[in-house]
Amino acid sequence: MTLGTIITQLANGLLKSILIFSLTLIGSLPLGLFVAFGRMNRWTPFKKFALNKKSRLIGLVSSIKPVQMLIKLYISLMRGTPLMLQLMVVYFGPYYLLGISIGQNYRFYAVIIGFILNYAAYFAEIYRSGIESMPVGQYEAAAVLGYSKAQTFIKIILPQVIKRILPAITNEVITLVKDTSLAFAIAYTEMFTLARKIASSQTTLVPFVVAGIFYYFFNLLVAWFMERCENKLNYFR
Amino acid sequence: MKVLELNNIKKAFGDLSVLQDITVTVNKGEVVAIIGPSGSGKSTLLRCATLLETIDSGEIIYLGEHAARTDASGHVQYEDAEQLKNIRSYFGLVFQNFNLFPHYSVMKNVTDALISVQKVQKGKAKERASALLEKMGLQDKADCYPYQLSGGQQQRVSIVRALAMNPEVLFFDEPTSALDPELTGEVLKVIRSLSEDNMTMVIVTHEMQFAQQIADTVYFMDAGRVVEKGSPESVLQSPKEERTQRFLERYSTP
Ligand SMILES: Nc1ncnc2c1ncn2[C@@H]1O[C@H](COP(=O)(O)OP(=O)(O)OP(=O)(O)O)[C@@H](O)[C@H]1O
Ligand SMILES: [Mg+2]
Repeated sequence: MTLGTIITQLANGLLKSILIFSLTLIGSLPLGLFVAFGRMNRWTPFKKFALNKKSRLIGLVSSIKPVQMLIKLYISLMRGTPLMLQLMVVYFGPYYLLGISIGQNYRFYAVIIGFILNYAAYFAEIYRSGIESMPVGQYEAAAVLGYSKAQTFIKIILPQVIKRILPAITNEVITLVKDTSLAFAIAYTEMFTLARKIASSQTTLVPFVVAGIFYYFFNLLVAWFMERCENKLNYFR
Repeated sequence: MKVLELNNIKKAFGDLSVLQDITVTVNKGEVVAIIGPSGSGKSTLLRCATLLETIDSGEIIYLGEHAARTDASGHVQYEDAEQLKNIRSYFGLVFQNFNLFPHYSVMKNVTDALISVQKVQKGKAKERASALLEKMGLQDKADCYPYQLSGGQQQRVSIVRALAMNPEVLFFDEPTSALDPELTGEVLKVIRSLSEDNMTMVIVTHEMQFAQQIADTVYFMDAGRVVEKGSPESVLQSPKEERTQRFLERYSTP
């Protein structure tokens, strides 16, 4: 196999990596925001029992925030276990746990679902840190001027939050480029899986070198784009 | 005509009782100055009046319309969201630390709420903003962002932002205490010009001389109560209460 064919084959794999990358961002950036809202949710449905403060147990139960607890559990699972394992659960889970037979196409969906669920958890924590760092005076100024809660968040808070969290988002996005290679865990043929195949069949390390160069330039492009975004937001402080 | 009535307001944070039965009435065109030592509850009172804090007991009435009332069993009842939105259009608040929106230009800071809350036409909003900015000597700052302005300029923009909404009454919470001494003058001048236009205002301030000059009524608060109220002459020059006298002594000796 010539270098030329290796490059063309890997370039095809790269397109699939880019597809995973794009769909993951499109899904997880918005989903992360909703997860962040859930994480900050203070709903205490059992609070009515708190009137009876005699027992400590009742005190404990009354302070339970079910939405927040559930989301915290989800985030800790996503951050506390390997993404590779999560992909395998999403892929094999329906069959081994629920007995649903899975079609060939599902391999791709499993990759996308796994990546979106995992990255939404990370993005949620970044959003939360940004939202919680906003000075309360911004909310109060908006409230006095009569902005609704939704207007306040979308027009006043979110643009400032985005500026604050962009460097952290950049970090995650760059990690994502490299993480797309984890799709090999369920044998989805993106670039890295392909490189491994070619390398073992042709007994050469060249595909790995080529794949490495592709990843590197992909990330250069991502870093350049993110820097442009950051510069775009430099018009205010 | 009464623009604002705060009747028997009580407010506690946990076990700390911060406002204990406060009653304040503000008539149209009246300038009220609220003075008092740190921690006496002045900011909390303004925050209750501007609906940033909820009261535990009492009544808040703007132009005869209730924002909050207390029923016979002692429960505070706020009006529904629709009515509170309406009530909010009656007042403006100028914060100690400005709270301008950093991502909006001066022009957008002033016009955005007009356009997206009061649904004023964009062109009309800009006209109104330009006129007010001009009046405050800020006409050449319309395209600046808040970080490009001095503290005094930022505070003047925040006053314009509040004024643009055409409030019936404007609250100020220590509008100059975050400013360097050489910048307080320009902000006080602006507030003085508003009083000449008969703007109804409630001003929490530590500037005694300013209060003396501008206020129609001065309230002296201490430990969550109104200790003394009256004309600036009576409260500031010849206070009856010992607590007021002691407080003012600190200001008369430079
Ligand atoms: N959100 C809050 N939670 C708990 N305590 C509060 C809160 N806000 C104010 N307090 C307390 O209420 C009391 C009155 O505070 P407030 O800010 O109204 O005083 P102030 O008269 O404005 O003082 P200053 O002149 O220093 O601004 C203080 O003891 C303060 O610690
Ligand atoms: Mg205060």
